[in-house]
Amino acid sequence: MTAPTKFVGRSVARLEDRPLLLGKGRFAADVSFPGQWHMRVVRSTVAHGKLRGIDASAALALPGVHAVWTHKDVAHIPPIPFRLTGLKELEPYRQTVLAKDYVRYVGEPVAVVFAADQYVAEDAADLVELDIEPLAPVLDACGDTGPFDDTHATEPSVIRKGYGDVEAAFKAAHAVVTLALSTGRHSGVPMETRGAIARYDEARDILEMHGAAKVPWWNRDHIARMIGRTRANMHLLEGHVGGGFGIRGEIYPEDVLVCAAALAFNKPIKWIEDRREHLIAANHSRQQQHNVRAAIDAEGHILAIDNEFFHDNGAYMRTHAATVPDLSAAMLPGPYRVPAYRAVGHIRLTNKTPCGTYRAPGRYESTFVRERLMDAIAAKVGVDGVEIRRRNLIGKSEMPYDLHLETLGTHIVYDSGDYALLLDKTLALAGWPALQADLKKRRAAGEMVGAGVAMFVEKSGLGPSDTVRVEIKSDGKVEVVTGVASIGQGVETAMAQIAADALGVDYTSIDVVHGQTDRIDQGAGAFASRVTVMCGEATRLASVKLRDKLLRLAAELMQTEPAALDIINGEIVRRDSTGPSMTLAELAQARPGELSAEDTFLSSHMVYPYGVHVAAVKVDTDTGAVAVERYVIGYDVGKAVNPRLVESQIAGGLAQGLGGALLEEFVYDDNGEPLAVTFADYLMPTAREVPAMSILVTEDAPSPLNPMGLKGAGEGGANPVGAVLASALDDALQRPGAIVDLPVTPQRLVRLVKTPPASI
Amino acid sequence: MKPAPFVRHVPRTLQQALAILSQVAGQDGRILAGGQSLVPIMAFRLAKPAHLIDINEVAGLDRLESDGKVLSIGARVRHAAFHAPVTDNRLAALLTYVARHIAHYPIRMRGTFCGSLAHADPASEWCLTAATLGATMVAMSQRGTREIAASDFFEGIMSTALADDELLAEVRLPLLTPDAKFGFYEFNRRAGDFAMAASLVTYSLVNGKMAQARVGVGGAEPSPRRIEEAEAALNGQSPDDDAFRAAAQAASDAVDPLEDHQTNAEYRRDLVRVVVRRALEHSLT
Ligand SMILES: Cc1cc2nc3c(=O)[nH]c(=O)nc-3n(C[C@H](O)[C@H](O)[C@H](O)COP(=O)(O)OP(=O)(O)OC[C@H]3O[C@@H](n4cnc5c(N)ncnc54)[C@H](O)[C@@H]3O)c2cc1C
Repeated sequence: MTAPTKFVGRSVARLEDRPLLLGKGRFAADVSFPGQWHMRVVRSTVAHGKLRGIDASAALALPGVHAVWTHKDVAHIPPIPFRLTGLKELEPYRQTVLAKDYVRYVGEPVAVVFAADQYVAEDAADLVELDIEPLAPVLDACGDTGPFDDTHATEPSVIRKGYGDVEAAFKAAHAVVTLALSTGRHSGVPMETRGAIARYDEARDILEMHGAAKVPWWNRDHIARMIGRTRANMHLLEGHVGGGFGIRGEIYPEDVLVCAAALAFNKPIKWIEDRREHLIAANHSRQQQHNVRAAIDAEGHILAIDNEFFHDNGAYMRTHAATVPDLSAAMLPGPYRVPAYRAVGHIRLTNKTPCGTYRAPGRYESTFVRERLMDAIAAKVGVDGVEIRRRNLIGKSEMPYDLHLETLGTHIVYDSGDYALLLDKTLALAGWPALQADLKKRRAAGEMVGAGVAMFVEKSGLGPSDTVRVEIKSDGKVEVVTGVASIGQGVETAMAQIAADALGVDYTSIDVVHGQTDRIDQGAGAFASRVTVMCGEATRLASVKLRDKLLRLAAELMQTEPAALDIINGEIVRRDSTGPSMTLAELAQARPGELSAEDTFLSSHMVYPYGVHVAAVKVDTDTGAVAVERYVIGYDVGKAVNPRLVESQIAGGLAQGLGGALLEEFVYDDNGEPLAVTFADYLMPTAREVPAMSILVTEDAPSPLNPMGLKGAGEGGANPVGAVLASALDDALQRPGAIVDLPVTPQRLVRLVKTPPASI
Repeated sequence: MKPAPFVRHVPRTLQQALAILSQVAGQDGRILAGGQSLVPIMAFRLAKPAHLIDINEVAGLDRLESDGKVLSIGARVRHAAFHAPVTDNRLAALLTYVARHIAHYPIRMRGTFCGSLAHADPASEWCLTAATLGATMVAMSQRGTREIAASDFFEGIMSTALADDELLAEVRLPLLTPDAKFGFYEFNRRAGDFAMAASLVTYSLVNGKMAQARVGVGGAEPSPRRIEEAEAALNGQSPDDDAFRAAAQAASDAVDPLEDHQTNAEYRRDLVRVVVRRALEHSLT
C-alpha cells in the first residue's frame, strides 16, 4: 500500500499562481457588463471648508454624461458604519458617502458623475464647479483641537487602558526614562487600486457588487442596510485581489455609491480608482505621537510604563473606528513583564485623509515606542540592548500570560511562547557577537555602521467563528467553501493542504472557494492574520467530518466496516490492502449530493505569535542615505502549514515596514494640501531598496488554542521594522536615542549627523 | 487618470511634421516622442494638448552618428541606444555610464535623448550632459533651422529656448579627446528616481595637472549648468583630494538651490558638495 502523502508543513507550490503568472487574473478592472456606466468621483480640493454650492450644469451638458449626484441625491443613505471597535461617542464623526455641508480633507467625495466611458466621466468631473468657503484646517493631532461641526470638537474620544498602580511605581522607581516619539503617516499601497462594479439583476432581484475584498459578508450586510435592501438579495463577489494590507476591502463611499446607483438607474455601474485617487482617498494609517515614560529599578527592570499618545485619524472615523489606537494601547507591553501600565490615547481628527488599519496596525507604532524605550533603558543602566531585553522578557513558564488588557473584544492572554529561546536562535543566525565585533572594527575605521535588535508579540486568529463546507464533486474533486477572502496571501493553498491531509487526497485536487457571499451565508473574511488559524481549523473540522461520512458511505457499498477503510491519495482502500478500492468520484456518483460536510470553529481568544528582528545598517554620512546591510528575522508561528508562504508573508511585510521607516510618507503643506499624490513623491521601496534577508521560522510554541497549534503569519514581517532600524541607526550614530521620528529621511539623518549630541 | 481629448497626427516625413506643428502650435500642439514624460502629465491632466504630433514614424530622425568632431543624436534616438557605447570615442563611454542612471529599463527603451532635453527637467541626466559638454541643439520649423548653444537653451524648470513651432531635430555633442577623464555621480533616494543632485565632470591632464575642466551640476537649480568657480578650482591642479574638495566646496557655494518638501536649501547645498566630489573621485577610477 502506498504511504499517504502529507501536505501540511511542506512548502508546496501555490495553487493560485497559474492564472496570475499567465496574465489571466480577473481583477476588478477586468469586470465589465454590457451597457455599463462609469462613475467618476469629484473630490474636494480644499482641506477644510463650508460647502456652499455645487454647479454641475456644464458637466451635465457634456455629451455622454448621464447624471451627476451630490449629497442631496444620497441624503437618505446613512453614514458608513463601524465594523470594529465602534465606540458610541465616535458615531457623529462617521463619513457620509458624499460630503454634506462641509468638506474635511482634500480628496473627499463631493459629487459623482455617471457617464458613458471613463474619459467622458473624467472630462465631466473637471467641469463640476465647487463653491467652497475655506476654513482653517487642523493638521496637528497633538495641538489644540478645532471644531468638527457646530457641536463636536476634533477629539472624539480618549482611550484609557491599564492595570496596576502606575503612580506608586513611578514614585518608587530607581530612575525614569522619558521619550517623545512619532511614527509617520503612510499606508498600504496595493498594486491593484480599489474598484467596484455593481449590477442589478431584475430577473432575480439580486444586486451584485464585484471588486469586493477582505470582508465581503460584513460589507454585504451593511451596504444592503444602508441602501434599503436585505442581505438575502445582495451579493458581494471577490475576484483576484492585488493586495489588501488592511486598507483594501473596507466599505468606502465609492462602494455604496456604485450599489445605490446601479439600483437607481438600473444600469451596471463601474468605478475604478486611479493611483492619484488611491493615495488621497483610501485609508491612511500610522500617524501617532507618543509621550512615553518608564519607571525602572537599578538593574533596568521595568516597574511601570505610562503611554500617552495622540492618534491622527484624519478627517473622519471610518469602519475601523478606534481599532488602531485601541491596539496601540493594548499591545504596547509586548514580550516584557510590565507590572503596572497606563495608556491614554487621544483620538484626534485632522483635515487629512481618514485612517484605518494597515498591516500590524497599532503594533508597528507601539513596537517602535516600546523598543525605543528598551534601548533608552539599556543606555540609562549601561547595559546593551540584548541584555536589557533578556532581563525583562516574560518567561516560558509564565505562559499562558494574562496581560490584564482587552482589545478587539477579547481578553489578551498570550497563549504560548518562549521569547528568550527565539532571541537566542535569531542572534545565533545573525552571528551577533561576530557582527558586533566587525561593526566595531569598521566604526573605528571611520564607517558609520551599527546594528539593532527588536522584539515583539503579534496577535492573530481573531474569532469569533468560521464555518467551512467541504464537498466531493461528482468528478472526485474536492471543493472547500470558506467564509474568508484571498488578498494574495495563499489562502487557497493553505486551506487545500489542511483539507488534503484530513481527507487523504492530493492538495491539487482541491478547489478553495473564498469571497463569494452567494456560496456560503456567513464569513468573517481576511484580516488580523486570522485566516489560517480560524478558517484552517474550520477546514480541518469539516474535512474530518466529511472523511468519517465518506468512510461510512463507502463501507456500505464495499460491504465492510468504516474502520476497515482508509483514504489514501484520493482513493478509498482497505487497510489490510485486500480487495477492490473505490475512487472518490465513484463514491460521489453512487451517492449523489450526499458527500458534503460543514463545521464551525469557534474561538473567543486570539493567538499570539512573536518575533525578533535584527538589522545592520550603514549610514552615508555625506548624503544621509541608509543601506540595510543585513536583516535577520526570527518568527515563531506555532505551526507552519506552508513554510514558504510564511516566509513570503514575512518578506513582504519587511518591505512595507522598511517603507514606513525610511521612505514612505504622506506629507501635507500648511494648507492641508497633500504633497505625496503620485509615486514620484510617495516613495515605495523597490526591489533595489529591500535588503536580502534571512528568515528563521520556528515552531517552538504551538498554540494550545487549536489542535494544529496554528498562529498567524501576516504581520510579523512589518511589525518591528521601524523599531529595529531606529535601534541600528542609533548604534551607527553611536548616539542612543537619536532616532525619535519615523520615517528617517536622508535629510533628517544628515541634520542629526551634523548637529552635536545634546548633553544628556 | 485619463487624458483630455486630443488629436494624434502621425507624419512620415520631417516636412510633414513641421507643417503640422506650425498649424497646431498655437493650440498647444505638442511633439510626442517617447511619451515617458508627456503621457504621465497628460494622464494627470497637468497638460491638455489638443494635438499631438507623433514623430515615432518620421524617417531620418533616428540618426545617431559621429563625423569625427561631434556625435549627432536624432530626435528618435532612445535612452537605451546608449546602453552600449555608440562609438569608440571616450564620449560614448561617458554616455553609457550616464544612461544607466536614467529611470528604469522600460522607460529607457522608449524615452528619447532629445525628448529629455525638450522636456528640460532640472534633474535630467541628459540635460546635465548637454550643459556640461556644451551641446548644440538643432531646432527646426517651417520658418527655418537654427542652432542653439546649451548655455542659451535651458531657460528654467521645464522651459527651453525652443519656440512652440520648433522641433528639436538633433543634438550635437562634441567628442572628447582620447585622454579625457570623466566622472559622474548622482544622489537619489531610490534607484531610478530623478536625482536630488547630480554632477558630471570632464577634464584632461597636461603634465599631471587638470586642464579644460568642466564641472556640471544638475538637479540643484532650475537648469543644469557649468559651475565656473569649481572649474577654476581644478584647472592647473593635480587631481587629488584637496583639489576635489576645493572644487566641491566652490560648487556648493555657487549654487542657488531649489527647495521642495523632501529637500531644503541647506541639504541640497550639502548634496551638491557631495556629488561634485564623488563625480571627481569617479573620474579617477
Ligand atoms: C518613472 C519615471 C522615472 C523617470 N526618471 C528619469 C530620470 O531619472 N532621469 C531622466 O532624465 N528622466 C527620467 N524620466 C523621464 C524620461 O527620461 C523621459 O523619457 C524624458 O524626460 C522625455 O523623453 P520622451 O522621449 O519620453 O519625451 P515625451 O514624453 O514624448 O515628451 C516630453 C516633452 O518634450 C517635448 N518633446 C519631445 N521630443 C521633442 C522634440 N524632438 N522636439 C520638441 N519637443 C519635444 C514633448 O512635446 C513634451 O512636451 C522618468 C520617467 C518616468 C516615467
